[in-house]
Amino acid sequence: MKSLAELKAIKDKMQGQVTMRNHDEAELRVVVGMATCGIAAGARPVLQTLSALVQEKNLQGVTVTQTGCIGLCQFEPIVEVHGANGEKVTYINMNEEKAREIVDKHLVRGQVVAEYIVGSSGI
Amino acid sequence: MTEISLNILDIAQNSIKAEAKLVELTVEVDTAKDTLTVLINDDGRGMTPEQLEKVTDPFFTTRDTRSVGLGVPFFKDAAESTGGRFEILSEKSKGTWVTAVFGLAHIDRAPLGDMNATVEMLVFYNTHIDFLYRYKVDETEFSLDTREIKELLDGAPLDAPDVKAFISEFLKENSAEINQNRIY
Repeated sequence: MKSLAELKAIKDKMQGQVTMRNHDEAELRVVVGMATCGIAAGARPVLQTLSALVQEKNLQGVTVTQTGCIGLCQFEPIVEVHGANGEKVTYINMNEEKAREIVDKHLVRGQVVAEYIVGSSGI
Repeated sequence: MTEISLNILDIAQNSIKAEAKLVELTVEVDTAKDTLTVLINDDGRGMTPEQLEKVTDPFFTTRDTRSVGLGVPFFKDAAESTGGRFEILSEKSKGTWVTAVFGLAHIDRAPLGDMNATVEMLVFYNTHIDFLYRYKVDETEFSLDTREIKELLDGAPLDAPDVKAFISEFLKENSAEINQNRIY
């Protein structure tokens, strides 16, 4: 069995590198709906993918969080990207693959992926 | 829900919304009794007897973004359709206690699924709440207690990348050791 003892060493190592994270400075806030509707539609792997990629690509100023029901249950999994100036893009019917595309295009390059937003495809 | 671990993630969101300080999640497989038992206990604000009575009704919810609440009815139905049972107890200002017993070998039982992912989501995105997760298969078990983790971290953030990686590895290794290539 793996024990928690290793955490002590991880903590000591972290204290060496002063990395203060300030959520107030976030430029982009990525929010995933995680109520019954979202979870049943596959939000857990979407959230995992987004959070893993943001960490892996070391995207500064991007935070990934979860929320409850957004009120558009039939379009879950839903991912909202909130900008610093209050603008919001709502992506619907997400999956892991589309989430990867959102990271590469929207979060990295700042290009909204029009084909996945609510309002396109006649909704 | 396609996995019991998704029901658990869903039901635990209710504990979070009820402002619980400690959420205890237990998954226990008993091959002799042929049961898979899930316990979700919290010390959140609890429900009144009137609310408790209505909680398994799909047309009852406390939120206002939609008028149906399917989390508890889904979980209840998932357990009862495997010859198991479901119970929810609650007391105002004390907490809520959910028990779901599934027939382990029943054909209609959904797989437990990625329980580690459920625990990670809960722990990483709700660092202000403590979680005690216990996973038991017959006589072997392990637990993850965020109170213990926070004490060892001594103020360092629980959602720092290195800490998250360690917790994921901890869950993965220990559950693999207990499962011994069996899938529940």
